[in-house]
Amino acid sequence: MTNRRQFLKNLAGVAAAGSAGILLPRTGFGSVPGDNPDLASGTREASILDALPGKKPLIKRTFRAPCYETPVSYFNEVFTPNDAFFVRYHLSNIPKVTAQDWKLRIAGESIEKPFELNFADLTNPKNFEHVEIAAVCQCSGNRRGINIPHVAGVEWGYGAMGNAMWKGVRLKDVLAKAGIKKDALEVVLNGAERGILDKTPDFIKSLPMYRALDENTIIAFEMNGQPLPFWNGYPARLVVPGWTATYWTKHITDISVVNKPFDGFWMKMAYRIPQGKFPIVARFISQETEVNTPITEMVVNSLITSVHEGERFHPGQMVEVKGIAWDAGYGMQMVEVSTDGGRSWKDAELGKDYGRFSFRPWSFRFKAEKKGSYGVMAKATNRSGNTQTFELIRNPAGYHHNVVQKVDIVVA
Amino acid sequence: MRRLMVVMLFASGAAYAGDEGQIHLKDGPGKDLVQSHCSVCHSLDEIQINSPFLDKAGWTAEVGKMINVMGIPIDDNEKGQIINYLTANYGAK
Repeated sequence: MTNRRQFLKNLAGVAAAGSAGILLPRTGFGSVPGDNPDLASGTREASILDALPGKKPLIKRTFRAPCYETPVSYFNEVFTPNDAFFVRYHLSNIPKVTAQDWKLRIAGESIEKPFELNFADLTNPKNFEHVEIAAVCQCSGNRRGINIPHVAGVEWGYGAMGNAMWKGVRLKDVLAKAGIKKDALEVVLNGAERGILDKTPDFIKSLPMYRALDENTIIAFEMNGQPLPFWNGYPARLVVPGWTATYWTKHITDISVVNKPFDGFWMKMAYRIPQGKFPIVARFISQETEVNTPITEMVVNSLITSVHEGERFHPGQMVEVKGIAWDAGYGMQMVEVSTDGGRSWKDAELGKDYGRFSFRPWSFRFKAEKKGSYGVMAKATNRSGNTQTFELIRNPAGYHHNVVQKVDIVVA
Repeated sequence: MRRLMVVMLFASGAAYAGDEGQIHLKDGPGKDLVQSHCSVCHSLDEIQINSPFLDKAGWTAEVGKMINVMGIPIDDNEKGQIINYLTANYGAK
């Protein structure tokens, strides 16, 4: 992905960073226009707009492992452009996977006939039926950075998410070819990403059988009609609609079906939420403890995309508030909008439905008659009756942030 | 030695992204240790973005995780200096 010259330049950068006393221009720091004001000052100062190879400039939170956030303006479109889709890695050793060299191994003690397939095997429709699904890919820690008090981790604003039309083959079809034994308990997922040090736990995740075998869980090789961008898992990644992106293994290389709970660090210790705090239906029983459980499905959420903090309007002007709403796939029931800081609410108009796992666009128009400040808020409710929270549900890693937003606009 | 390891990794064909030379940590005792140890596995903006809200216990937990879970070999003396640097320069105000 990176050409030789760029590559050498990068190396020079690392060397400079490591040697004390070299002063380089500080230009660019803290220069992300409209970056979230609720982020910690250190987050805002260290964030810049920066383009990964093949990507538009995104909000760089960390260079390595690369964590790049999509600016909110891109969410005025229902489908997030591939070159603006957020990037999140955990570990810094990211091999340059190619479709030619890529192989996927299906194995594990609960598989009858382990096998290996290459990219041509995976994508040949004679082997596995091709399916398409619109689905939101959202980092578990999206909005972590606006948790108050702040918690450690990648300090995301609103944009560690995206919506795409994914094309691929069903995971259950691939596993069926290998034959699943009756004692199967979890499906273990590994991709090419790994640590720099041998001792660093490899980024390996697992899914309960019911979610792995769900017809909507696919191994995707296309995104919005194009091959996956490298930074989004080329040549193939898992897509688990409704569940947070931690399960959407990028550059997937190994899928194992096992009869015991997978006990790697990234399942046992990371990506856990306290028991009983969130309105979650989907459980991962073989990984639960008395105090916590793996994060599973996304909570209902919405984002205002068309008006921004401090934006000015004239008295009598029509204000169009637009946004998106999503959840774990129960579907949107309604989005309500308030223009008076939450005292009164009216229904927004829901836009085209691209499927229950997709962003759902919505819009609300009102005439700003009086001068003054208007607190614009949006609150989504899904078809199972769950809605967003007004008060942060605190948890150690800052997951599932779906606090109702308030954007103050000015009519003057 | 560690620097060499990182360079060799990149040279072996890993995909690599941004210009980390733009990152400048604050000057203070322990900065060299932080730069040499922490940058083996991740860019140093990881420290900057997580500031200033972690107290000494918070930074101790983070450094402990890097040693005990992620496997970076750092002795107790250096560990203490690293925690002190992070607390003094990137700790909760």
